[in-house]
Amino acid sequence: MGLPRLPHLLGIEGLTPETISGLLDLSENYIDQNRSIDKRRDLLGGRTVINLFFENSTRTRTSFEVAARRLGADVINMDVATSSVRKGETLLDTAMTLNAMRPDAIVVRHGESGAVNLLAQKVNCAVINGGDGQHEHPTQALLDALTIRRRRGGLQGLLVAICGDIMHSRVARSNIHLLQIMGARVRVIGPPTLMPTDIEKMGVEVHYSMKTGLKDVDIVMMLRLQTERMQGSFVPSISEYFHFFGLDHAKLKFAKPDALIMHPGPMNRGVEIDSEVADDLDRSVIHEQVEMGVAVRMACLEALIGGRRNALVGAVA
Amino acid sequence: MSGRIHKAAPPHTGSTAYINARIVDPTGDSEYPGAVLISDGKIADYGPSLFASGAPYGIQSVDCRGLFLAPGLVDTRVHTGEPGEEHKETLESAGSAAAVGGITSLVLLPDNEPPFDDASLIEFVARRARLIKLVNMYAYGALTVGLEGKELAEIGLLAEAGAVAFTDADHSIGNAQVMRRALYYAKAFNALIVHLPQEPTLSGGHMTSGEMATRLGLSGNPPLAEVMMVERDIRLAEMTGGRLHLAKISTAESVVAIAAAKARGLKITCDTAAPYFALNDLAVGDYRTFGKLVPPLRAEKDRLAVVEGLKDGVIDAIVSDHRPQDQDSKRVPFAQALPGGVGLETLLPISLELVHNGYLTLPRLFQRLSSTPAALFGLPGGRLAKGAPADLVVFDADFAWKIDRTDLWSKTKNTPFDERPVQGRVMATIVGGRTIYSDDGFMATAEAA
Repeated sequence: MGLPRLPHLLGIEGLTPETISGLLDLSENYIDQNRSIDKRRDLLGGRTVINLFFENSTRTRTSFEVAARRLGADVINMDVATSSVRKGETLLDTAMTLNAMRPDAIVVRHGESGAVNLLAQKVNCAVINGGDGQHEHPTQALLDALTIRRRRGGLQGLLVAICGDIMHSRVARSNIHLLQIMGARVRVIGPPTLMPTDIEKMGVEVHYSMKTGLKDVDIVMMLRLQTERMQGSFVPSISEYFHFFGLDHAKLKFAKPDALIMHPGPMNRGVEIDSEVADDLDRSVIHEQVEMGVAVRMACLEALIGGRRNALVGAVA
Repeated sequence: MSGRIHKAAPPHTGSTAYINARIVDPTGDSEYPGAVLISDGKIADYGPSLFASGAPYGIQSVDCRGLFLAPGLVDTRVHTGEPGEEHKETLESAGSAAAVGGITSLVLLPDNEPPFDDASLIEFVARRARLIKLVNMYAYGALTVGLEGKELAEIGLLAEAGAVAFTDADHSIGNAQVMRRALYYAKAFNALIVHLPQEPTLSGGHMTSGEMATRLGLSGNPPLAEVMMVERDIRLAEMTGGRLHLAKISTAESVVAIAAAKARGLKITCDTAAPYFALNDLAVGDYRTFGKLVPPLRAEKDRLAVVEGLKDGVIDAIVSDHRPQDQDSKRVPFAQALPGGVGLETLLPISLELVHNGYLTLPRLFQRLSSTPAALFGLPGGRLAKGAPADLVVFDADFAWKIDRTDLWSKTKNTPFDERPVQGRVMATIVGGRTIYSDDGFMATAEAA
């Protein structure tokens, strides 16, 4: 089987089940490589990947950097805080400038929804969305899917609850798309003030209570409460939020006994998740998610810029 | 397919006959083959029998070859960049764009830099319009100082200087007490207050609330923000007896509320802008910032309700809501993009869709585009009447073409209608008897006749 050649990876919406499965299959190959002593292949030797992060992110940027280096690519990290972007240069000027340096891929994270789509229109290299505003974070959804697939054998028919700050979450949106494309059922749980309008039209079941929402679920995905994106009062207090929507052992009992706990990180312990639960080695797969992240990003880079050296992609390119 | 602006055309003197036309008479609610006679810049005569026995001798005549001849459009919602942002649009470039669009009179919004909250700004606009010699230009006065919605502007002095109505443009007045006093105070001058009804505390989003906004990850403005303010304003207008005109109605519930108020006998009027009956929120899919407007483009059911409101006469007038924005304002992430679209050149062809789709007759359409806004704002044009200014548009209602933003005369090209196939094109625009714009094909044949 082969992957269709993707020009960019801007979001999960619109991808086919075959493309997603193909990317996950490709990722599997890299898990062993990443666990061995010799972690490096020269698949992307001579190619340049630019990490262009307009929002602070240690985790995602590091993950992309490790992924690209392990494939032999040259990686440049654009530190936006000290760049001309802060001196009034527009996003598109930055894009054109970087484009002129002929990178093979640009990984972009930006605080505004749609900013990565806009940038992709202006460059002629591959663009990977590393998270844009409240829109999408496709590699996070892929790494979540890989984690679940390895633990549960597949995604088809699973019941997944995504809990917390749905409104401000690009992770939630990408996961809603991916899980449904792959045949899982999705519930969203949170206070009504953190539910985006008409979210049920995306095919999900909406719950305002952890008790009803977590009933019989196979997977519990917690989201970070994104106080930095909030203007005005969405919840009365952190302690009230934790009381009703924070995941602790008591609330976890509503889910299936073997339900997995996931979190995209970084966690706010005591806000949306109790430390006891987060660190529960039997249930929590949070560190596995981070490990899968590197493999998934290697697969995405290979699929986008692996070129002729990659037989898998080359067959259909 | 191109035309020319005739800025240097001399003032109209003597007589000119426009013959073989299909006359659209909005106030007479009729349409017929006939002619119009212009003398010294004014309409001297018109009707089905005028020159029916043949072209007149001794005076200039223009053969309209069966094209429509109607009162020029009166667009009561236009923003330009002059003064303040001349790189986006000047009064002259807006005047040219209006002429190309068949608009013979326009009313300028007061939200420039500086805002029109001082009589000298109103006089500046009038002086510039006289020098530019294109379409008639009028101006709103600001309703509150600095458009801040706090203290009343000098409504009386602004009216004396020539302000034809009062508004804070796209700034809604959230404070009910300020709005109440404005409506009361303006009564002393019989001044018309034009208000954009959007509850400000609910209107901080970037597109209309709903599934599309949720998918795109953009914060939404609920349609409710409009009807809440419509209902408040109706109550305040009823209580004060002030003259209220609600701008840019975009939701189904607002149409219902205004219809009910009118049925109760209140003298409230309203308009909508072309995008709200021609587009819905799908137009901002893929983050198209040219579709970012105030209020935001709504759901399809709201669009259909606006069409019905125009058909039933609940919505009295159509405006272009022309708002030029340059590349730096639009080629940015959606949430950072400035709202607004240019609309002067597309107002007539987009509005003609209402006729082609069977919702309105041509005379009814020209009531919404010309005669009603002129009457509401007390402007001399917009109608066919002996002695009225010869402000006319000749157009081909069936001419099929595709809107191409690169062909626009406006300095900026931010149309939400780019690449839309339309039917209907302006062939000539006449202001005070002067032909200030003509399509190349039309004038060549018309004058040879």
